[in-house]
Amino acid sequence: MDGVTAPPRDAVTVPARGAATGPAPASPPTPAALTAAARIVAAPDGRGGTALPVLAGEGPFALRRTGRRGGPEASVTLVGAMSAPLGGDRLTLTVRVEPGAALRFTTTAATLALPGRTGARATYDTRITVGEGARLHWLPEPLISAHGSDLWTTTRVELAPTARLVLREEQVLGRAGERPGRLRSRLTVCRAGRPLYDQELSYGPGAPGWDGGAVLGGHRAVGQLLVVDPRLADEPEESRPVGPTAALMPLAGPAVVLTAVAPDALELRRVLRPEEIGVTRAKGAVEGAAADATHVVILTD
Amino acid sequence: MAASSLAPLLVLADGRFPAGGHAHSGGAEAAVAAGRIRDVPSLEAFCRGRLHTAGLTSAGLAAAAAAGLDPLLLDEAADARTPSAALRAAARRLGRQMTRAARAAWPSAALDSLAAARPRGAHQPVVLGVAARAAGLRPTDAAYAVAYESVSGPVTAVVRLLGLDPFEATGVLARLAPDVDAVALAAADAAVRALVEGVEALPAASGPLSDVMAEGHAGWPVRLFAS
Repeated sequence: MDGVTAPPRDAVTVPARGAATGPAPASPPTPAALTAAARIVAAPDGRGGTALPVLAGEGPFALRRTGRRGGPEASVTLVGAMSAPLGGDRLTLTVRVEPGAALRFTTTAATLALPGRTGARATYDTRITVGEGARLHWLPEPLISAHGSDLWTTTRVELAPTARLVLREEQVLGRAGERPGRLRSRLTVCRAGRPLYDQELSYGPGAPGWDGGAVLGGHRAVGQLLVVDPRLADEPEESRPVGPTAALMPLAGPAVVLTAVAPDALELRRVLRPEEIGVTRAKGAVEGAAADATHVVILTD
Repeated sequence: MAASSLAPLLVLADGRFPAGGHAHSGGAEAAVAAGRIRDVPSLEAFCRGRLHTAGLTSAGLAAAAAAGLDPLLLDEAADARTPSAALRAAARRLGRQMTRAARAAWPSAALDSLAAARPRGAHQPVVLGVAARAAGLRPTDAAYAVAYESVSGPVTAVVRLLGLDPFEATGVLARLAPDVDAVALAAADAAVRALVEGVEALPAASGPLSDVMAEGHAGWPVRLFAS
């Protein structure tokens, strides 16, 4: 699995399974809905590296600093500490990458949306700001929409003009052989205060036509790899297909998105490779995990 | 709002309005080639998905333009909602054509200044909304025109591409009518919110397979439709 982000073994607490974020075969007893928040602030440490002055999470948000210290980049891994989001949960994750800092965010396991006791919708809102000259790799494992779940997720990224972003988002509709729940997911990226990318995906019961030929065409995994980099203004990417159901598409700005639909999560990950995009092939862009011998790949299923 | 005339809506939404829409299949040509549209049920599923994704998003932009939001902000919002470069180019070509037709039909300072600011064409739904406003139509009317066009285009194209029975094809459009109502009203509601909250209140619904297939289709050496 090329391109899989690999958290280091020593820093990762393997989450409790069963009711946790792995694709559990049966729904666990449903606890009451919860409201939980987490915050990450990454800032230059004054020695050419990145410090994490704020790394705070509660409930399902167990955040760990991972990776080698002393490098220019700080790595944070979200460890699945309990099953979430369940119906009715309200989760918020706030991230600030201060000017000149570099942050890499990963998760140890897929996020599994499960039904709650009341049938209420769960929400999961991520708010990210990336300052001047700062860099963010946002590479979580997929979001899986389990049958009967109802999740509305929003991700809003505000980039300074010289900020760089590599963001991967993957959604899997239903566990193996299962019909999906209701999933609505909006990703909004603004650069210098102007809209750059704004896409909402909506699937499952209550999303008319989601499985037809205009939206998914029977596929069960969908994702996008978005790269924003001022260097793309000088080295633009050409539009091109990446296999039969994926394409690399330059946006109206120094950004490019690789959008793909696939039969399953594994096929999707094979297509969403940062190496497809020139500026992320350049030195200093996708190094890290793959180059570091202490890292292992944690498979979620 | 004062009672408005509906007749201009018939002019604007008429398939014979000379805005170039007949040259576009709304992604249907690529979907037919990939075997995703093969008969009436798969055409209907395609159109329902397109209506609730690209149709809703375009209808929101048109309704907002008709409500008086800054068309240049809406044009930027349309770019952000159209990841496919091929579809952005198609939307601007259609917008330029519609600007010409609309300026002849409903001369207005708003259409003149949009044409001056975007000489190569603004996104077509934005132009349609400005034209609707110039014609004295309401935001809801503009949303209806765009929502309906998002499905009538593919249906008409598939009649030609598959030799589908035109009576059956029209049945698809009739069955989609409640969905067109819902989408147009949702788009108009969002436009009202956008007046207060800004363009982020507008729908951004997208169909990933449509974007991906549009990029491939634009590279075909021979094709019947421009998009």
